[in-house]
Amino acid sequence: MTELDTIDRAIINALQGDFPLCPAPFAAAAAPLGLSEGELLERLRALRDAGTLSRFGPLYQIERLGGAFCLAAMAVPEADFERVAGIVNGFAEVAHNYRRDHRLNMWFVLATETPAEIAATCAAIEAASGLPVLPFPKDREYFVDLRLQA
Amino acid sequence: MNAPTAPDAFERRLVRVTQEGLPLVPRPYASIAAVLGVSEAQVIERLQAMLERGAIRRIGAVPNHYAIGYTANGMSVWDIDDAAVDRVGELLGRQAAVSHCYRRPRRLPDWPYNLFAMLHGRQRAEVDAQLAALAALVERECGAVVRARDILFSSRILKKTGLRLGAGPRET
Repeated sequence: MTELDTIDRAIINALQGDFPLCPAPFAAAAAPLGLSEGELLERLRALRDAGTLSRFGPLYQIERLGGAFCLAAMAVPEADFERVAGIVNGFAEVAHNYRRDHRLNMWFVLATETPAEIAATCAAIEAASGLPVLPFPKDREYFVDLRLQA
Repeated sequence: MNAPTAPDAFERRLVRVTQEGLPLVPRPYASIAAVLGVSEAQVIERLQAMLERGAIRRIGAVPNHYAIGYTANGMSVWDIDDAAVDRVGELLGRQAAVSHCYRRPRRLPDWPYNLFAMLHGRQRAEVDAQLAALAALVERECGAVVRARDILFSSRILKKTGLRLGAGPRET
């Protein structure tokens, strides 16, 4: 884990949303943090390059763009875990994938451009891995907003 | 909420060039505009419109939880009586500790849980305490509606790229 200083933390905490939509947004975002545009850009590049930030930009809601998200899980034998992780991660439709402590030990989210591609992608992952994929489509969303304080 | 809107050709190109992030340069929207052959104002206006209709949740920093110290990320899963699940889901979704909360189908007999709530902490003990507090809250507010619950901690990020629209059949 990279050591974050107080400026890094302030940047991460302040900029998880509401990034300005104006011609010079980094200058506008830097001012309330007491930073120059150049300092903010340099910090963000370093945070991104170190992997502290997965990215800096828009968080798209694919369902509002005609596409679909779906959580799915697999029970992968331990001895086969790395091979199957490689197969699953190789699908561009897999947006993220976590190992979890359970018999169902691989949990990933599919993001596809059309709802029909969810089932097709599950079938393709089953064919490629030789293991069943359990889809967990959402019946209802009660709340979503992940903003963690650094 | 508006109905989902299929993206037009400009929007698809805009998503494609920004889904891995904005260019970290002083005029990022002008830089995107140059790639797409449109004006900076058109890029800004379209991003604003997409925010307003919910096609963009937010614009900003997307931290890797682990890298900022949240190494205990637990997916709490609950088997709630169908008649009570929406009430419990709304209740859990309002709690500060919960970042995502969804109702999902059970997969019997292996998977009895129909409610998922994500919890995050710096240590597992902290998340276990959050979960115990949530369970107590549910019992107080909704009665004995929890038939079973579990928590699945993530032990490794295998992939975290966010969505990637590829060069699919609707490519323009």
